[in-house]
Amino acid sequence: MFFTYLRRELRRRRKAALVISMGLALGIGLVLTVTSVSAGMKNAQSTVLHSLYGLGTDITVTKSAAAGAGGGAQKFGIQQSGSGSKSSSADRLSVNQGTATMASSTVTQVASQSNVEAAVGSLLLNDFKFDGSFKLKSGTSSTSTGTGQGGGQQGGEGGGQGGTPPSGAANFSLNTLTIMGTDTSNITVGPLSSLKITSGVNFTSAQSNSLVAVVDSSYATQKKLKVGSTVTISGKAFKVIGIATASSGTSAANVYIPLTQAQTLADMKNKVTTVYVKASSSQQISAVKTAITKNVSGTTVTTASDLASTVSGSLSTAANLVTSMGKWLSLAVLAAAFLISSLLTSSAVNRRVREFGTLKALGWRSKRVIGQVMGEALVNGLIGGVLGIALGLAGAAAITAFSPTLSASTASSTASQGGPGGGGGPGQAASAAAKAIEVHLTAPVTLSAIAVAVALAVAGGLVAGGFGGWRASRLRPADALRRVE
Amino acid sequence: MYRLSGVTKHYSRGKETVRALDGIDLEIPDGGQLVIQGPTGGGKSTLLQMLGGLDRPTGGTVELAGHDLGAIGEAKLTKVRAELIGFVFQSFNLIPTLSAQENVETALVPMGIAKEERHKRAFAALESVGLGERSNHVPSELSGGQQQRVAIARALVKEPKVLLADEPTGNLDEETRDEIMELLHGLWRERGLTFIMVTHDTAIAGRAPRLATIRAGKVTVSENADAQVWAG
Repeated sequence: MFFTYLRRELRRRRKAALVISMGLALGIGLVLTVTSVSAGMKNAQSTVLHSLYGLGTDITVTKSAAAGAGGGAQKFGIQQSGSGSKSSSADRLSVNQGTATMASSTVTQVASQSNVEAAVGSLLLNDFKFDGSFKLKSGTSSTSTGTGQGGGQQGGEGGGQGGTPPSGAANFSLNTLTIMGTDTSNITVGPLSSLKITSGVNFTSAQSNSLVAVVDSSYATQKKLKVGSTVTISGKAFKVIGIATASSGTSAANVYIPLTQAQTLADMKNKVTTVYVKASSSQQISAVKTAITKNVSGTTVTTASDLASTVSGSLSTAANLVTSMGKWLSLAVLAAAFLISSLLTSSAVNRRVREFGTLKALGWRSKRVIGQVMGEALVNGLIGGVLGIALGLAGAAAITAFSPTLSASTASSTASQGGPGGGGGPGQAASAAAKAIEVHLTAPVTLSAIAVAVALAVAGGLVAGGFGGWRASRLRPADALRRVE
Repeated sequence: MYRLSGVTKHYSRGKETVRALDGIDLEIPDGGQLVIQGPTGGGKSTLLQMLGGLDRPTGGTVELAGHDLGAIGEAKLTKVRAELIGFVFQSFNLIPTLSAQENVETALVPMGIAKEERHKRAFAALESVGLGERSNHVPSELSGGQQQRVAIARALVKEPKVLLADEPTGNLDEETRDEIMELLHGLWRERGLTFIMVTHDTAIAGRAPRLATIRAGKVTVSENADAQVWAG
């Protein structure tokens, strides 16, 4: 009788049922869409952060240079005497301005902290190459060229073209290259984890001191490098074993070589610039950060969430919009839908006073009458849920299909990982100080989001049914019959 | 046996207290019949509600089969209504979305009777009022007289001890009224019910063997041994 009565009533009041269901559907659809867009935003932010960190990295540990220490312009002192044409070249490897190196033992120290699953060190170097020829009329000329170093995140390549000294002519070029010395024993954490090998192979742990390199695909294209080619750094030839693209965003360096080789070339034995840390679980990241900050003094510990706050651009704006306005809008619509469905259900109960009064007179207990009202409201809620999920899926699919491009910029505060900035001195700027990444927004609908939608539908039905049931329970059969006669 | 002692029912209407029932003493034996008449607002429907356990008196007692309907708990009162009392209303009060058969079954639902048994008994009840062939029709497909027959079948399907009818012919034409009255009297005789009916129809009141007239909350009972009772 319950289901027969339920079915017939819903059929009889299908317009009202549809209004209630559509109201709930709108709220639920909006919540689902906002939830999926929010998940898409998180994915996009994660993409941005992964491009900076590497997929397996939760925390980075760096050390800032002491005020006044290091950095400054790169000096290439060239002394020429006599007359005629002279050529000259210089190659300098150094760490980024504002960054200090740490002892390799820091990696072990970090790895020994509780809840640290893995820690690897890397050495990020800038290689400044100067090549030029000078035509001297007479006497001695001295040229000093400086390359200003920005604190950029991007491993850019800078180039400078020619200058003319006062007493003659010169034609020289300045090239910058970023080199990442990486721990080849663990490529799942750190800069290598965000690389996707498109040609050749990645490092193996046996290559910790080999003259091998993995080259960023953009740089490889620019320099016409392929697997088997050689790339020369500070006079040493490295065999290219792999071409890689960053799985997202821009690669952290132009060339990746084994850490030991990088340390040797830069004369920085047992030094690293960054320690990449993977926590044993995402819940432990904060605790690991606290432990490292406390136990490894003089370091700057940065987590993904710290870094997320430095992300700006349309991604950041959109994410803020979704978390603030989107959330409140969907909650407001949902609350309105609950209220409207409750009022409509209550109004339907008022129109059925005689019906419920008669049933009570026949001996139906109040809870059976309430159950009938609740059942009808619950079905309305579930219909609303199905429609709402369909609306939400359609909304999410539309967003994914439209796939708006969002840009994200990371501030130069992450300079410790960055590449060289603009090429100072004569020539043109090479790269920006901040890293700009473009990501396409998707709106993935997860099972948990659908479960939330179903729960909201049930809740909506129960709230409306509870309201209507409360009205029905207060009816006395005599009042119910008296009101219509 | 119904036994009413000093039953009062007072309502507040603004600052005024309305004495709908003002000290009713009345006995109705099992299997007896009582017709209640009186002017509009005289308290006849209120008295019927007290008898049916649809409302509780302000004072006094309403006893039915050993239960004081004014004092027992709500659950018990609901059970008494479900098992002992059948109602017939002036406006039929059928559920518009349910068929005649399903409407009759609603009276068996609170008794916890299984579906198959409900079907069987409901159909038999409809046959007893001459509507076996219309059992699948919804109320809107039935005439007023047929709807009242369905309501009577619903009242009697649970085999109650008491049948309470509140102006059961109020919405019917004379010919249908007579059919319904004959049907009710036939069932009363056949089943040995206690039959109490409220009416403002003087033709019906004139044919009642026992008539209670209620005015200003007070009741006067008169017997009419020569009444021309309804056939059936």
